[in-house]
Amino acid sequence: MRGLENRNSHMKYALFSLSIVLTGWWVSNPYYLQLLTFIGIYTVLALGLNMLMGYAGQISLGHAAFYGIGAYTTAIATVHWNWPPWLGLLLALGLTAVIAFLIALPMLKLTGYYLGMGTLGFGMIFYILFREWTGFTGGTSGLVGIPPLSIGALTLDTGSGYFYLVWGIVVVCFVICERIVNSRVGRALRAIHDSERAAAAMGVDTSRLKVWVFVLSAVFASLAGFLYAHLVTFISPDSFDFIVSIRIVTMVVIGGMASIWGSLLGASVLTFLPDWLHVFSDYEMVVYGLILMVVMIFLPQGFTRGMLDIYERARSRYSRPSTSPQG
Amino acid sequence: MLRIRNLKCYYGRIRAISGVSLSVREQELIALIGANGAGKSTLLQTICGLLPSWEGEIEFEKNSLHGLKPPEIVKKGISLVPEGRLLFPPMSVLDNLKLGAYLRYRQRDHENVGKDLEEVLELFPVLRERSRQAAGTLSGGEQQMLAMGRALMARPRLLLLDEPSMGLAPFLVRLILDVLLKLKERGMTVLLVEQNARAALQIADRGYVLENGQIVLEGLSSDLLADQEVKRAYLGKDYREFYDGRE
Repeated sequence: MRGLENRNSHMKYALFSLSIVLTGWWVSNPYYLQLLTFIGIYTVLALGLNMLMGYAGQISLGHAAFYGIGAYTTAIATVHWNWPPWLGLLLALGLTAVIAFLIALPMLKLTGYYLGMGTLGFGMIFYILFREWTGFTGGTSGLVGIPPLSIGALTLDTGSGYFYLVWGIVVVCFVICERIVNSRVGRALRAIHDSERAAAAMGVDTSRLKVWVFVLSAVFASLAGFLYAHLVTFISPDSFDFIVSIRIVTMVVIGGMASIWGSLLGASVLTFLPDWLHVFSDYEMVVYGLILMVVMIFLPQGFTRGMLDIYERARSRYSRPSTSPQG
Repeated sequence: MLRIRNLKCYYGRIRAISGVSLSVREQELIALIGANGAGKSTLLQTICGLLPSWEGEIEFEKNSLHGLKPPEIVKKGISLVPEGRLLFPPMSVLDNLKLGAYLRYRQRDHENVGKDLEEVLELFPVLRERSRQAAGTLSGGEQQMLAMGRALMARPRLLLLDEPSMGLAPFLVRLILDVLLKLKERGMTVLLVEQNARAALQIADRGYVLENGQIVLEGLSSDLLADQEVKRAYLGKDYREFYDGRE
């Protein structure tokens, strides 16, 4: 049984990787390549938040802060201190982990709306920090001249090089998350989602696990921030404000809570949609709000799960006379 | 095995249990009965470490449980089947059972966990049929069995049950109690909290009666079943039997 499941998941990842390679080879328009690269970055973001929100059931309305910490740390390290970017990555991930840990300790004692409010608060604080700490962050005019990434002699500034890097990382993140989700830790996270008390009665150290998943999720966001900074080579505070946090939450909700592949869908939809409907960009907040409301009311399990449920219900309705109900 | 002395539990400033002492010996089946709000569930939750503010002494196999968190207590060999089952409804039956063995997976005890899983599924065959189903789709009786199975997956030496008969049809209550007797035969020690006093006392060795946070009566189950006070208050004997002639 386990072997079969493993083979299935290997197949899945082989197909996924193949489709990435084919896409990178087939799409030559640099604009679309960049758009696809952005989807990859957002997928990492959404995936991280999904671990926290979808699996462990702890909401964060301030995830743009960690995204920003990742981006600003690597930007400051490479621009001000002339560090090589990969060292900037290590610093970004490490710093984010420390900050997330310190924030999580008091914050995760909160639950429900209060946790939402609390995380909203620190998102705001970091946004203001990015904007006002002009000496370091360049203030509202931002930081310019972030160097592109390179591996050895290979510079990843052309569209396809960066595309492969980002999507390679996406695949790795997917594998990591899938392994976590199917382990005892993943079960414990879902248990916390349902009832912290019952999870504790099973012997799950709920507070420690919550802090752990918060840090993991923040590190994912930081990684996304790093990739973003070296892709666009210019960052400003507006890329990490409140609406970005909401956008990440919307991605998770559309893709489906507690669904790894849903993160990919959510990120794709919310990246393509504003691109296709230019009107949309003026009413971004309104549309996100509407999407969130509609999905929450009618498809509380998320868009993917909801659609699957509808499909399954329809199928069972049509096939009921012929097959037995035993599934 | 378990010894509680002069236990006092607090919810903030409200005292829910005021000076309870009781003991459970190895391989005993003890019934703790009492009305709503007597403090039965509080007592069990305190033993499991779910209620941090208490005074007095709780000893498990001569070790104090003071200041221990739930995971450490589970590790020591005490498992709780909580009131209202507290299953994880969207997760499959199998995942619920595996969660019961959460701490043992960390110790890389996979082989024995697999064996125990097999044993639990043998004890409750209906869970095997439903193993892929979400726990929330089970019937009440099946859910209770799953909650018990889940607690057993931690391989406890002391099993605490909080009202396993709640909301179940009489034949299901019988079935659950039979399983408890079977477990006892295999060497399990059981502390059973029940409102269904008759059923609990019928299978228990000894019993305690809890009222307003205090033990008001204790003794062999057979004695308690025959006790006038117990009969009047908990066994639902005909009202007439006691008040004959006074009306």
